[in-house]
Amino acid sequence: MKTAVTPLALLQPGTLDDALAMLRDEGPLVPLAGCTDVYVTLNFGTQPAARFLNLWGLDELRGIGEMDGGLRVGALATHTDLQRSPLVRERLPFLVEACGQVGGVQIQNRGTLAGNVANASPAGDTLPVLAVADAVVVLRSAEGERRVPFNGFYTGYRATVMRPDELIVAIEIPRIDGDQWFRKVGTRAAQAISKVVMAAVRGDRPRVALGSVAPTVVRLPGVEEALARGAPIEEAQRILMQEVTPIDDIRSTAGYRKRVAANLLARWWASAAM
Amino acid sequence: MRFTLNGAPAEVDAHPMARLLDVLREECGLTGTKEGCGEGECGACTVLVAGEPVCSCLVPFAQVADAEVVTIEGLGGEHPLQRAFASLGGAQCGICTPGMIMMAMKLPPNPTLDDVRLGLAGNLCRCTGYEAIYRAVLDAATETAETAEART
Repeated sequence: MKTAVTPLALLQPGTLDDALAMLRDEGPLVPLAGCTDVYVTLNFGTQPAARFLNLWGLDELRGIGEMDGGLRVGALATHTDLQRSPLVRERLPFLVEACGQVGGVQIQNRGTLAGNVANASPAGDTLPVLAVADAVVVLRSAEGERRVPFNGFYTGYRATVMRPDELIVAIEIPRIDGDQWFRKVGTRAAQAISKVVMAAVRGDRPRVALGSVAPTVVRLPGVEEALARGAPIEEAQRILMQEVTPIDDIRSTAGYRKRVAANLLARWWASAAM
Repeated sequence: MRFTLNGAPAEVDAHPMARLLDVLREECGLTGTKEGCGEGECGACTVLVAGEPVCSCLVPFAQVADAEVVTIEGLGGEHPLQRAFASLGGAQCGICTPGMIMMAMKLPPNPTLDDVRLGLAGNLCRCTGYEAIYRAVLDAATETAETAEART
């Protein structure tokens, strides 16, 4: 471990209200849930923060429940909790699939859906699912609660609308009508960070979202519009190529990501033919 | 801070942000748990916390307060998985072995080869090519099932 722990401070709230008061009065603090992202940066000496807030014991943030036909996922629900939940398995099979492809089982046991959202990586495996589901991020501070559409949550690369005094307390996922589809493309099925990750719904109106092809997870409005009016898949693929802005990095190239994203679109459309 | 370590009550004074891995190795003297990558990619540091396998390099000590922690030492040395890894060549350099075994503890009963491959997907081995590890895990599962049958 390159970061010495001695200078680090960990605040330990007993309740959510305590946690929100600490964020207001003693911030800035980095909230900790399953720690699967934060400890990577601590272990590699790249974590700039020195003050942390331990949320792991706040049982009021656990739990997955029904809400207006959709689901409300508490901020501490892990990827394992989501895969085991009968409600999620019944309603959101593509979220179950996405959670099963996050890291290995050890990571799924600790990492949370809300943490995946807060970490704001454009490669987050569950994020395209939340984008096509039109999920809502529930933020709370000592001043009150606000609900932010997931598709308006990110403002740029690793940037969100969250204020430093706010916590994600839940993710709300509305009921989805239509066939759900998810595919992650990486070097290896487990552990590898995605080169391209896609979620889609084929219902009244096709919905498509991609990860790892832009500074944030993205919905593809042009592709969705083209498919909705019955355009040929080749046209939708051309539009996709213009709607994404991937980069070359250690995991892949921009050209590969565009080609594979377009291939995934065609594969999904053919597999879900109605 | 108090927790349960390999079935016995433990009380350790360590920084709340110290990694569980370091507390186990340096404060508790349990060096069976290994550090591999330090970023949750390799599974070498896998231990059970509250019955679930986790990477102990990513867990702050504060988060195991009052929890039950089981390390490779807690298996006692004669566990069917330990015997099978030794007799079937499931271990070569040995760095990944404790993590592999702790992860294999939580596979479904009577696992198929696919169950084993999927369950151990978060554990990397640079020596064996995995085949001997899979054989050892499947062999231990068969032995455990036969023992259970003999008891009934």
